[in-house]
Amino acid sequence: MTKMSGAKVLIESLEQQNVDVIFGILGGAILPVYDALCGNEKIRHILARHEQGAAHAAEGYARASGRVGVCMATSGPGATNLVTGIANAYMDSSPMIAITGQVPSTGVNSSYMIGRDAFQEADIIGITTPITKHNYQPRTIAEIQPMVNAAFYIASSGRPGPVLIDIPKDVQSGIADVEVGFTNKIEARGYNPKIEPDLAKISEAANLLAKAEKPIILSGGGVIISNASDELMQMSDLLMAPVATTLMGKGSFPESHPLSVGSIGMHGNPAANKLMGEADVLLAVGTRFSDRATANLDTFCPNAKKIHIDIDAAEIGKNIEVDVPVVGDAKTSLKLLHDALVKKLNKNEGSAWTKRVKTAKEKLSPLLKEMPKDLLPKALLMELRKLLPENTIVTTEVGQNQMWSVLYFQALKPRTFISSGGLGTMGFGFPAALGAKVACPDRPVVDIAGDGSFLMTEQELACSITENIPVTVIVLNNSVLGMVAQWQRMLYKRRYMAVNLGKTPDFVKLAEAYGAQGFRATSMEEFQKAVKTALNSKVTTVIDVPIGSEHDVVPFVPPGCGLPQQRGDY
Amino acid sequence: METEKTKVISVLVENKPGVLHGVANLFRRRNFNIESITVGPSEQVDSSRMTITVNADEKTIEQVVKQLAKLIDVLKVEELERGNFVMRELALIKVSVPGSKERSDIINCVEVFRGRVIDVSTDSLTVEITGTPDKIDAFLNLMKTNGVIELARTGITALARGAKSIRIDE
Repeated sequence: MTKMSGAKVLIESLEQQNVDVIFGILGGAILPVYDALCGNEKIRHILARHEQGAAHAAEGYARASGRVGVCMATSGPGATNLVTGIANAYMDSSPMIAITGQVPSTGVNSSYMIGRDAFQEADIIGITTPITKHNYQPRTIAEIQPMVNAAFYIASSGRPGPVLIDIPKDVQSGIADVEVGFTNKIEARGYNPKIEPDLAKISEAANLLAKAEKPIILSGGGVIISNASDELMQMSDLLMAPVATTLMGKGSFPESHPLSVGSIGMHGNPAANKLMGEADVLLAVGTRFSDRATANLDTFCPNAKKIHIDIDAAEIGKNIEVDVPVVGDAKTSLKLLHDALVKKLNKNEGSAWTKRVKTAKEKLSPLLKEMPKDLLPKALLMELRKLLPENTIVTTEVGQNQMWSVLYFQALKPRTFISSGGLGTMGFGFPAALGAKVACPDRPVVDIAGDGSFLMTEQELACSITENIPVTVIVLNNSVLGMVAQWQRMLYKRRYMAVNLGKTPDFVKLAEAYGAQGFRATSMEEFQKAVKTALNSKVTTVIDVPIGSEHDVVPFVPPGCGLPQQRGDY
Repeated sequence: METEKTKVISVLVENKPGVLHGVANLFRRRNFNIESITVGPSEQVDSSRMTITVNADEKTIEQVVKQLAKLIDVLKVEELERGNFVMRELALIKVSVPGSKERSDIINCVEVFRGRVIDVSTDSLTVEITGTPDKIDAFLNLMKTNGVIELARTGITALARGAKSIRIDE
């Protein structure tokens, strides 16, 4: 036994979990933890400039690396500022640990504060209950390590997600006798993420696929999370089936592949949306059938028998009825399914279906249509793909910039396209890019941004400069909140309300004010030059690209309509 | 009111602070509705049993059960099979008593319903009734003429019939 503070126990527990970086901002109620972190050589602390930035950075780190991202904040406003980032990680199933300070829980008279509306007190446990996989509030030092162990286990296993640990200040600063030599013991008896797929269901699925004439695969974020891209490729290859992805699944299958048909959805690739309607068997893997992906469910993949593989049993039947449910990990399930299928199937490369996929792509895919001459999002993003090395990690903000990226920027590898899918958080991309860069310092990281979104977290430019985390931000600058402006244009008779942002700020000067590099690109040549310079720079670069205010993301599926009702010239 | 759509779910949970909040919050957030809920310690160490009644169709109940199962503090959850479980509800009913005639009428009624009078004052009686919600509804209906001053119902608590049990897999 040795005497140790709760804060020290926390830091040692984090070390034991191989945490090498924490994104955070300190404050009164978390000071003992920061004191225990002082001089620590194993854990790097990165000072964000707003807790939301810290949370998104932790998620960017997690999604680029597959490891658990850690963010930290003080009580009250520090904790509530994390909330958007936690909710984002919850919706997108990203493994994340959020550590918050809390006002003291024990003591006498004025030293006991919890529940008494103390200064900077917020019920972060209550607030985050619906947006975390689980949360903990240790009341004794002895509880800290088992809770940290369980938190990491829960965050990273099964369907991953955020777990919050809220530590009252007295528990941080208190001293207790603790066991020397930490344990790996995990106390979470109500949690069992190890689910083996039901072999009977695998066999049923194999039977359906063996008879399929027009099979299609829908790959979701779960394929990336479970590192199942190789298995996905093998499955597609065996079935000669086209692969569509959801936004979260973008990158799980190389979009340069002949059988890749892009993403489905409201702003999906028309080839993918069209083929979904023609398929006779759908193999959906690691997707929750979000409304933005499926559009109106009545016309979603109406002719197909549906096989749904997901590790979260609650996703089966939640949004759509399926014919064959398989509850299990994507990688394991795809392997088993492949093994079951390979005996039943003769590969048929020249089938009518593969020809149909080819013609649908040629006719419908925006990438194969004539290239615009102007400095338009499509031309920019297709050019960007040529300029960036394959291993570049791209993040996006939310809105038109994101949908254009989905349509026109080909993701070639898993974990190279990181976007806020479920929550749709403007301001996500830039801090996520910083987190991704910290996780993968040797690879280029680029945030494809809009002017509206970038302004929501641009203060992290300060973080990128002082912490020396060089990334590139490409601002597709249309001086409006483009996506809502588009909706007002298309669905509200051009009655523009509260969408004009004006020509402010000057993003080049903004970058320079922080000590970053700023360029403005008004031609394709300038754009190419700016991107090349940015890639070779050791400092964060902001490239402002004015694109005009009236560009739409087309085609699109109007709200309430189905995927086949996608409209708009493109 | 008990209807065809009334489903009973038995949930074994960790007996610790915040668990009821987690369960109740899940119902609110997922747009489910709790008809009644009873909670108390179970036969197993450090765990409580919740009996939750929900008015919902099969598909919704399936989601309720699956979503509950995802909560870390939920150890086991099952829908009790219709007709294959026993359930009881307790009601305490304070009835106004205008005179001695009414008093004996009420006491007769209580006997028929196998209830008990547990408190008496000059102008009121407090009655304890145990049974299915329907039985309690029927008794309450009879008491209406005298006037119910106060009513407290526990909501139902239930167990599966036979030796079957819902417990943690060891």
